[in-house]
Amino acid sequence: MSADPIYTEMIIEYSRNPSNFGKIENPHIHRHDSNPLCGDSIDLYVNVDGNKITEVKFDGKGCAICMACTSVLTEMIQGKNLEEVKNFKKDDLLSELGLGHLIKTSPVRIKCALLSLKALKYGIYSYFVDKMNDTEAAGNLKEEAASLY
Amino acid sequence: MQSTTYSLDSIRSDFPVLERKVRDNKPLVYLDNAATAQKPIQVIDAITDYYKNHNSNIHRAVHALAEESTEAFEATRSKVAKFLNVANTKEIIFVKGTTEAINLVAYAWGRDNVQKGDIVVTTEYEHHSNIVPWQILTQETGADLKYIDIDENGELMLEQLDEYLATGKVKLVAISHVSNVLGTITDVKEVIKKCKNADAKILIDGAQAVPHMKVDIGNLGCDFYAFSAHKMLGPTGVGVLWARKELLENMRPFLGGGDMIREVHKYETTYNDLPYKFEAGTPNVADVICFSAAIDYLTKIGMDNVRNHEIELTEYALEKMSKVKGIVIYGTKDPKKQGGVISFNFNDVHPHDVATIVDKNGVAIRSGHHCAQVLMEKLEVAATNRASFYIYTTKQEIDVLIDSLEEVAKVFKL
Ligand SMILES: Cc1ncc(COP(=O)(O)O)c(C=O)c1O
Repeated sequence: MSADPIYTEMIIEYSRNPSNFGKIENPHIHRHDSNPLCGDSIDLYVNVDGNKITEVKFDGKGCAICMACTSVLTEMIQGKNLEEVKNFKKDDLLSELGLGHLIKTSPVRIKCALLSLKALKYGIYSYFVDKMNDTEAAGNLKEEAASLY
Repeated sequence: MQSTTYSLDSIRSDFPVLERKVRDNKPLVYLDNAATAQKPIQVIDAITDYYKNHNSNIHRAVHALAEESTEAFEATRSKVAKFLNVANTKEIIFVKGTTEAINLVAYAWGRDNVQKGDIVVTTEYEHHSNIVPWQILTQETGADLKYIDIDENGELMLEQLDEYLATGKVKLVAISHVSNVLGTITDVKEVIKKCKNADAKILIDGAQAVPHMKVDIGNLGCDFYAFSAHKMLGPTGVGVLWARKELLENMRPFLGGGDMIREVHKYETTYNDLPYKFEAGTPNVADVICFSAAIDYLTKIGMDNVRNHEIELTEYALEKMSKVKGIVIYGTKDPKKQGGVISFNFNDVHPHDVATIVDKNGVAIRSGHHCAQVLMEKLEVAATNRASFYIYTTKQEIDVLIDSLEEVAKVFKL
């Protein structure tokens, strides 16, 4: 029996030792989200300086896919500016972990993979709207987040 | 033991779905029987036959088809009564499942018999369908809801029931015959004896019992008993509530409408006799009728043989599973004390990761909270994996499960 292509060394490693795991007190952006089906539940914390993401952390509980994807997402957006992160696509995240095939093969598990990205997009949307009062910059972020899966 | 010939091959050949290949051409290994059972060809044929040859509404028209359908519908009622050793066929009420049966009791009996200050007792290992209706009832009436806890072996701490009963305030004890997560078999005889002595009514959720063992309602002595057809080879959308005639006669109706009435006037209605008083509207005629074929099938095998087969499988599975690295098995771990249900987890591997890896090998197990979040809280987990067996499950299938679980241990380096 071959090992499952989902559960690569990289995913197992990240799920065991997630990156940027922890909490930021009073972050600029905080978003909680969960998947009722599997009980994945994460909190994403982001600090921003001007237009640049300076610090990202997350905590919570989830399956290996959720933990690995959230870890990688936090690594990928660290130091990026908000404009770049706004344009970040789900394929950017999935391909980093070799999970692109999930979109086709597993409508259930894709939710685990994209939970953190959904939280991030909603979080940045709220930041633009509530804290910067910039609905234009927020653009269609909310719709994009809602239609991720 | 009744007969010693249990022909697994011939049983399996009656279930078309067991020939299916899934996920890259792997033979299906269906171990989610606690959720729902597969259907034998006899049941599948019965439903086509009904729609092809007999379809009509029942109890009203006098034409030939209506008479045939009515007869077949009522024949199923008699068959159910016989299967459960119930003397009075009128005590068998057809509903859509265990959930509706319990809600019916909570509504039609509970609202008139449970008052502020009274106590309703349930347990930590109930399905949501035997918790939520009692929460609604007790919140509405101001009664108290109490739980019998489970011990570390997943068995009920029945001394707590004694304490509750000793208050003299317990109106109802609602308890499952077999836990759908742990498989623990409740000592219902003992529970019923205690309830009788304290003059409390007792409802048994038999969703995981009737499909898997002989249940003799006639001699059990409980007040209400509920189960679903789909977990015992029958169709979805059919369930049974059994209750004592005296109770049913004194209960208000559940749903109002056609069939449950005797006479309707502008401002008042007299109700029909049992069981029709509780069967408002066009019932699930087709599925009730083909449920009959499921009962015939189980009767032919013999419920003692079903139980023995599951004991054998559970013993085999427990022995092999306990050797898998990093596994934690919940419950009694004693095949004589539990049904063919095994819940387990791996140290810090999420159940959905387990189910996904196992599914790649064609093995269908369930991962999640199994509609038993109260129990999950007790076990201090968000979810578990559950493998559950039935009459067609083989040891070879359990071997495939074990190999897959070993793969999980390997992938996650346990
Ligand atoms: C113990 C128990 N009670 C109640 C139910 C609910 O049955 P249904 O969904 O058929 O109404 C189930 C089924 O999952 C069960 O296992």
